[in-house]
Amino acid sequence: MGNFVRPFLDNEFLQRAFLAGVLVSLTCAVVGTYVVLRGMAFIGDALAHGVLPGVAGALMIGMPAMAGAAVGAAVMVGGVGLITARSKLSNDTAIGLLFIGLLALGVVMVSSADSLTGDLEAILFGQFLGVNTSDLVAQSIALGFVVVVAVVASRPFLLLCFDADLVSAMGYRAAWYHRLMLLLIAATVVVSFQTVGALLVFGMLLAPAGVGALISKRIGTMMLWAAVVGVVSTYVGLLASYHFSWAAGASVVLTAVSIFFVVFTGVSIKHSIVGDRS
Amino acid sequence: MNETAVVARRLSVGYGSKVILSGVDAFLKPGGSTALVGSNGSGKSTLLKTLAGLLPVIDGGLEVLGRPVGELTAKVAYLSQFHQSGFVLPLQAIDVVRMARYDQRARWKRRTKIDDEIVKESMILMSVDDLAMKPLRDLSGGQQQRVYLAQVLARRADLLLLDEPTAGLDAPGRAAYIDALNFERSRGAAIVTATHDVGEASTCDRVLLLAGRVIADGPPNVVMTPENLLETFGIGLTKVGDQLVVTEHHHDH
Repeated sequence: MGNFVRPFLDNEFLQRAFLAGVLVSLTCAVVGTYVVLRGMAFIGDALAHGVLPGVAGALMIGMPAMAGAAVGAAVMVGGVGLITARSKLSNDTAIGLLFIGLLALGVVMVSSADSLTGDLEAILFGQFLGVNTSDLVAQSIALGFVVVVAVVASRPFLLLCFDADLVSAMGYRAAWYHRLMLLLIAATVVVSFQTVGALLVFGMLLAPAGVGALISKRIGTMMLWAAVVGVVSTYVGLLASYHFSWAAGASVVLTAVSIFFVVFTGVSIKHSIVGDRS
Repeated sequence: MNETAVVARRLSVGYGSKVILSGVDAFLKPGGSTALVGSNGSGKSTLLKTLAGLLPVIDGGLEVLGRPVGELTAKVAYLSQFHQSGFVLPLQAIDVVRMARYDQRARWKRRTKIDDEIVKESMILMSVDDLAMKPLRDLSGGQQQRVYLAQVLARRADLLLLDEPTAGLDAPGRAAYIDALNFERSRGAAIVTATHDVGEASTCDRVLLLAGRVIADGPPNVVMTPENLLETFGIGLTKVGDQLVVTEHHHDH
């Protein structure tokens, strides 16, 4: 029992990491549910990678990394909107172009500034074990913002997942709520990248919500399961990181993705036995 | 209840500046039913979307329920041809029908007993009340379509806009649909249906044959002549009972 609990009781840095992981898990449970249900995984992935040049630029001029990430996310969302509005290119083409362009720009910026080379790993894979109080405050604010918006906009968000035409037909502004959903994804990525990293935050958005989608019959239950999977992954991942000296962020995300595949296998076996239709 | 359901004058509809259907003049009364009939790309769905306020009017005038189109969304019910996430969304059938009541009350108000009664009645009308607690993704395509139709009924709208409403329905499903429409009409709702189904169109008061323009407009027995059907579909057709039978294959449309 000591090996499972004692590290968290004895080490303040692990307590902070666990608290940060719980906050990230709860935020990603709400936002990831909409990402999965609306099929927005690609824009989520692109946002997670697109913040890189913003973060690099901010560090180069001595600004907070989070402010740079916010600028990167804004450029990504604005750029996708501009390309799809001004051309006949599809949404995924626009996202792909900006995704790879911003990622390449970020890598060029980091590689051209010697002072940033050591930061690249931290940007991409996070600093779970180096979370400080201001990070926790920012994550708490982001969680509060996400929950408030998700509650206030729950009806149009659900309609948007069900049928975008129905949102407009019922008098809601579909484009406005779509942008609000993008803002939630961007806010989650911007705040969470310092903990789990730009590359791995996407895993926390998708894997727990994916588990929820497999086993839930209601959206609220899906969010609840996603939160449980996220928190369990945080605990198991941090524990594995402590005992085996694995990278903390990667261990947490790997646990979440592993849980997804275990549940997926179980659900597939169940369907093959009892049939897809009950 | 308004004195007119839809008034269209020299209406042109389409996407952006591209006109799909033009020259539509229509005056639809409450309690009436109108079928939009035409081949793929004739403008049926585009006209329905414009009536629902989803597409802007390109040219001409359009009033819905006595107001400029798009103003009275709470009094209009729209059934789209395709739904995005029926097989992904973790929703029970009753959740889908309850969505119909979202804009019938203030944002912060919880659903009322009246909402619950309307949802239940609508599900009974479409014979899906026994499926209420089933996950939507576990239902067959026909059962899902019945749930979507129950959602339309639960809006208690003055104008129902239905795009291919009988797609995937079996005979009992179609019977339930006809009964439900009769109920809607009896309380004064106007119905506009886009359909390929001639049998379904024949049950309406009025048929608009469309092919980028209005080929003919009037009662089904007057409008659905072999000549009009030839002009509408580009091939020779004649109506035999509820079916269209091909009589001529080559025609320059």
